[in-house]
Amino acid sequence: MSSDHWRRAGAALAVAALLAYPLAASSPYYLDIGVTVLLAAISASAWNILGGFAGQVSVGHGMFFGVGAYLPLLVYTLWGWPPMAGIPLGMLLAVGLAALIGAPTLRLTGHYFSMATIAVAELIRILVGTWGLVGAAIGLQGPATARGWWDLTFRDETPYYYIFLGVLAGVLALTHALQGRRLGYYMRAVKAGEAAARSLGVASRRTKLAALALSASLTALAGSLYVLKTGFVDPDSGFGILVSVQMVIVAALGGAGTLYGPLVGALILIPAQSWANSWLGGGGSGLTFVLYGGIIVLVARFEPGGLFELRRRMLRWRPERSRAA
Amino acid sequence: MTLLQVVVGGLLLGAVYALFASGLTLIWGMMNFINFAHGEFVMLGMYAALLVVTWLGGGPALFALAAALVLFALGAAIYFGLIRHVLRGPMLAQILSTFGLALVLRYTAFWIFSANFVSLPQTALSGTLSIGGLLLPVPQLAAGVAALALTAGLHLLLTRTAVGSQLLAVAEDREAAMLVGIRPDRMQALAWGLAAGSAGLAGALMATAYPWSPSVGATFGLTAFITVTLGGFGSVPGALYAGLMVGAIQALSAYWLGPIYKDVVVYALFVALLWLRPQGLMGRA
Repeated sequence: MSSDHWRRAGAALAVAALLAYPLAASSPYYLDIGVTVLLAAISASAWNILGGFAGQVSVGHGMFFGVGAYLPLLVYTLWGWPPMAGIPLGMLLAVGLAALIGAPTLRLTGHYFSMATIAVAELIRILVGTWGLVGAAIGLQGPATARGWWDLTFRDETPYYYIFLGVLAGVLALTHALQGRRLGYYMRAVKAGEAAARSLGVASRRTKLAALALSASLTALAGSLYVLKTGFVDPDSGFGILVSVQMVIVAALGGAGTLYGPLVGALILIPAQSWANSWLGGGGSGLTFVLYGGIIVLVARFEPGGLFELRRRMLRWRPERSRAA
Repeated sequence: MTLLQVVVGGLLLGAVYALFASGLTLIWGMMNFINFAHGEFVMLGMYAALLVVTWLGGGPALFALAAALVLFALGAAIYFGLIRHVLRGPMLAQILSTFGLALVLRYTAFWIFSANFVSLPQTALSGTLSIGGLLLPVPQLAAGVAALALTAGLHLLLTRTAVGSQLLAVAEDREAAMLVGIRPDRMQALAWGLAAGSAGLAGALMATAYPWSPSVGATFGLTAFITVTLGGFGSVPGALYAGLMVGAIQALSAYWLGPIYKDVVVYALFVALLWLRPQGLMGRA
């Protein structure tokens, strides 16, 4: 068999494993890990569009995740609508927010852009925490028991698993399609060198704004999915800095700017985190985040391209160098 | 009178902001690099002061010096162990390196010292001074004045000494500096040591006046960044003016709007500034 056949067989096996996982998961604990992996993969893939492919490293994506997480519970709390009615509203609002903050922050480059996104996300987190309409510091609660299937409130997590898997497939398909389109090429050009890209006629600001808007709306979708599952959100779990950080770590560990990097990162990091939590006595001690930080430092120091880059280097003799982005 | 009191209190804290923002601006100026763990250096300086006071006793001069030295060593070690290797790497690696470092430092402190707020036991600095009707707590006053002097000292070190000239030479042109016999690696390590040391010192000074917990670093890091943006990147005098301004704005917004709004107003002003003057208040385009 050629390497192409092997790759196809491997992909089919991976898809089958992802589809069959809930049947194999022996307890709700393992099922929950699976659901959390998918969610982390979705949000990191959404981040990856801006941070990986377009090279604009946002560390404030929690602001879009939070918007997506709040809107479903807000429409439920205010008007008793089914939470999922808030999903498109959240995505729209995230795009609006992206346009609003994109104009000034995307003029900035490099570290400066990253720090500015943190400041904006923190500003929003603190404001939400003082705003009574959205539950202030306490947050918002979803329906305790489903009024019908449309509330998407399930006791068993299996339906969430398949919904999330479907969304992840959609996000990956979209990212894949983007790579072959003009916007995708423009994004890579801007990442490689903005001045050079501009001199070749790439509308760099419009490209970055488009990447930000797309990335923001998908991140909001991830936030909505999160809140459908947990039925609860507060300023920290929606807008907190650790929400933003997780997306960056997951994507960077697998390989920022690669299609499957975020999924690979999530498959490694989320189980590791949950085992660390149970070994080290819960998140209370903070050791889990020491581990998190340690992983990022090691990735940055030794393999900034992530695991995909590592694999590519180990398989350098293979004729796939031409695919290097 | 109350208003004046509030503003003076803010300016005193602002002087400490200026001191640790100077370190951030020094590193930016030399290496085009934002250290996301800078606020954590401030936080570590606070715990260093606490440990020195509880184990060794001794006054503010001792624990401030100890915090500065410990953080200087840590900063230089971080440069050699981590920063040097990512400095020429991709931007994502640069950002991730100090970001991961910030998480490690913050949550190690969290693990060792717990999330509770602590404060220094009573030191020699206590009580309140009354100057012309203004009531000034001695710890705040001492921290502010010392920070002002140290920021000025750092500026003099950079502009008036041979070492300062060598630092600036590396910032100006690394290759040319090497040609005249300056070792850029040593100078950059020195810059990291100075930056971390001044942050640690600022932390020790604040520890005399305010309680803290491991999570304060995140806020201080952002405050330092905003101060540096306001003052123009790479400028110590700019950081001084901006630090005083940020301190005063925080104090006034806490006074007029309530304590939770002190950071909100500063962050909002920062975002507004991004719209209007992305090069900073005092920076050039």
